[in-house]
Amino acid sequence: MRRHLSAEWTKLRTLPGIGWLLLAVVTLTPAASAAAAAVVSCPPAGCAYDVPKLSLMGVQAGQAVVAILAVLAVTGEYGTGLVRTTFTAMPRRVTVLTAKAAVLTGVTLSAATGAVLASVLAGRLILAGNGFVPEHGQPLLSLADGPTLRAATGSVLYLALIALLSLGVAVAVRDSAIAMGIVFGLLYILSALPLMVSDPGLQKLLWQISPMNAGLAVQATTRLSALPLSPWAGLAVLAAWAVAALLCGGLLLRTRDA
Amino acid sequence: MSAGTAPRRGGFGRLLRAEWTKFRTVRGWVLGLAVAPLVIVTLGLVSASGSHTSCGGPYDVCPAVPVGPGGEAVDDKFYFVHKPLTGDGSITARVSSMTGHIRKPDVTPGVRNEVDGVVPWAKAGVIVKDGTRQGSTYAATMVTGGHGVRMQYDFTGDMAGRPGGVSKDSPRWLRLTRSGEELTGYESADGRHWTVVGTARLAGLPDTVQVGLFVASPGDLTVQQADFGGSIQAVRFTEAIAVFDQVALEGRTSGGAWERDDIGVTLEPDGAPHHPGGFAQSGDTYTVTGVGDIGPTGEGQRIESTLSGLPAGLIVVIVAAVMFVTAEYRRGLIRTSLLAGPRRGRVLAAKATVIGTVTFVAGLAAAGIAVVVGTRILRSNGNPVLPVSTLTELRVIAGVAALLAVAAVLAFALGALFRNSAAAVTVAVAVIVVPHVLATTSVLPLGAAQWLLRLTPAAGFAVQQSIPEYPHVLAYYAPSAGYYPLAPWAGLSVLCAYAALALGLAVVRIRRRDA
Repeated sequence: MRRHLSAEWTKLRTLPGIGWLLLAVVTLTPAASAAAAAVVSCPPAGCAYDVPKLSLMGVQAGQAVVAILAVLAVTGEYGTGLVRTTFTAMPRRVTVLTAKAAVLTGVTLSAATGAVLASVLAGRLILAGNGFVPEHGQPLLSLADGPTLRAATGSVLYLALIALLSLGVAVAVRDSAIAMGIVFGLLYILSALPLMVSDPGLQKLLWQISPMNAGLAVQATTRLSALPLSPWAGLAVLAAWAVAALLCGGLLLRTRDA
Repeated sequence: MSAGTAPRRGGFGRLLRAEWTKFRTVRGWVLGLAVAPLVIVTLGLVSASGSHTSCGGPYDVCPAVPVGPGGEAVDDKFYFVHKPLTGDGSITARVSSMTGHIRKPDVTPGVRNEVDGVVPWAKAGVIVKDGTRQGSTYAATMVTGGHGVRMQYDFTGDMAGRPGGVSKDSPRWLRLTRSGEELTGYESADGRHWTVVGTARLAGLPDTVQVGLFVASPGDLTVQQADFGGSIQAVRFTEAIAVFDQVALEGRTSGGAWERDDIGVTLEPDGAPHHPGGFAQSGDTYTVTGVGDIGPTGEGQRIESTLSGLPAGLIVVIVAAVMFVTAEYRRGLIRTSLLAGPRRGRVLAAKATVIGTVTFVAGLAAAGIAVVVGTRILRSNGNPVLPVSTLTELRVIAGVAALLAVAAVLAFALGALFRNSAAAVTVAVAVIVVPHVLATTSVLPLGAAQWLLRLTPAAGFAVQQSIPEYPHVLAYYAPSAGYYPLAPWAGLSVLCAYAALALGLAVVRIRRRDA
């Protein structure tokens, strides 16, 4: 397994554009968060914003880059034909996939940690300037606050799970265009579906099974009782999607020619 | 022309044919552009059949929405004090006071929170109308709560007069004259010096019309963020009370008493009117109380709500369009293509034409079926669907097909520019689909959502808006409610400009760089 890990690490490290993609995760996420924080303000009478969620809004943009990273880690190998060399050297395909997933998770976790910390910092600085101050009934954003810490940690895990979901999809379809299409459909289209139906029961169900809506529940810190899922249960739904995608990809990987 | 020299003319035609052959013989591309319409139609029809409206009552039939002379759905609810007028004539009245009540959101639950005041579009004035049927043709000169004197006609027409409200110290005289089909509105601050507010021609106005005083007061609108994203709009009761005097009629009118009608009042199950208007006379002073509005309405389903599958279909189209070019690079086919057609810009143009045309045809079929069949399903489920003209319906269908086609060309150009499927698909989805999803699910503040739909390629979605914004009707004109900040064709032009720019850059790149 150690050799597998080392091989996957070498391949990921030398993936064309990997540096740019990681840089994009670490900069785009806080930039989008800062943009979201810059357009809201809190009047002296107080306001009803979910501040931690607001400052982590950039995760919704950063996840797209994480998905590209994960998809390219697989399809790059198929595009160049390197995958045949890999499987000749290491014939246990599921172990290869496990090692790839582990390395990708590690890389995503570290990039996501940087991105989320930068988002929280940007949110704290910008929101304080827009009236989100203790005098207006809004304590400053701080990771010492339990729910805020949970939202931040959960966002890091969310991005890692998005990487695993994308990895599973990419292994299953082996083409970067189709894989990106499926991942974006699962994330953005499924998240908008609850708004297109009028039946409240169906609306709730669609919200609960949408990987993005459910997964981002981990960022919520206010009005938790109004959410269809508790924060960690929401993240568990996304985890289930990731596991299902990986299982599907792993199964196809075993049974199909490379 | 000998067989040995390649024909120069018609070269583009041959390129087109070559690209069309490539397209139709690759199973994945054909499949992709077959899946896209399927997604659009399926999602559209499923969401249409999941949408039901019922109004209770013994037959569970919703009352028909009144339709104005222009064919649009209208609100036509006001208190009407009237007499018949035959032939030409005029009505003059002085409005000396306008007050009212507005119900605000409850501060303590269960306790009615009503304040004094008039909403900006509360109306009181003189009107000439073809009978008392809702939706019939009319013209009126009025004082409003916050928009000064106006002349309005046939629900969509609105002309501004002098700004400012009325009070005991500064009353306003209003006059409306009828001459054939032509109605002219006048106003005066002293009853002697009159200015024209506007003129309207009411086609088909019969010889005998109803002329009189009216008061209406549209509901007060509050918008709230919903739990699942989206917004909840609440319209609360308001009423306006106007005091008229110095009422004078000219022409052949009946000498009898004023008739009174609470046009369009809703009835409680026991038959009693809900929020009735009223009329009181003391000497020559008339006090009229009115609830409701006279104007076009955006309440109800729209034909474009059957296009809910559009974003998903768009992603499929983007993937297919990107692969149409990146697959050539991956398989090395591009070198053969460029060998056969050395004028690289033309090869790219031919490919873009093929992918654009094929997508347009597929999109036309998809949008046509989704809108026509979906609207039928919506209506059969009891949903009031806002009527639109055939021309508007055609524009929505053809516009959506064009939206898909231009988006395909943009995605294709990005594919040629980046030569990398993942990057091209991501950028295309990020600039076309994501801004629209963000803006219409109202996770963003209203201003940010509107700017996204002005500046990004997602502006093209404006082409599907079937109900226009009316400045003289208070409504929540937000992307989440189906109102785009740009006009339909202007929005599509923004998308076209982006596609042209990307295609231009791709041509420059393919000329300069080795394949």
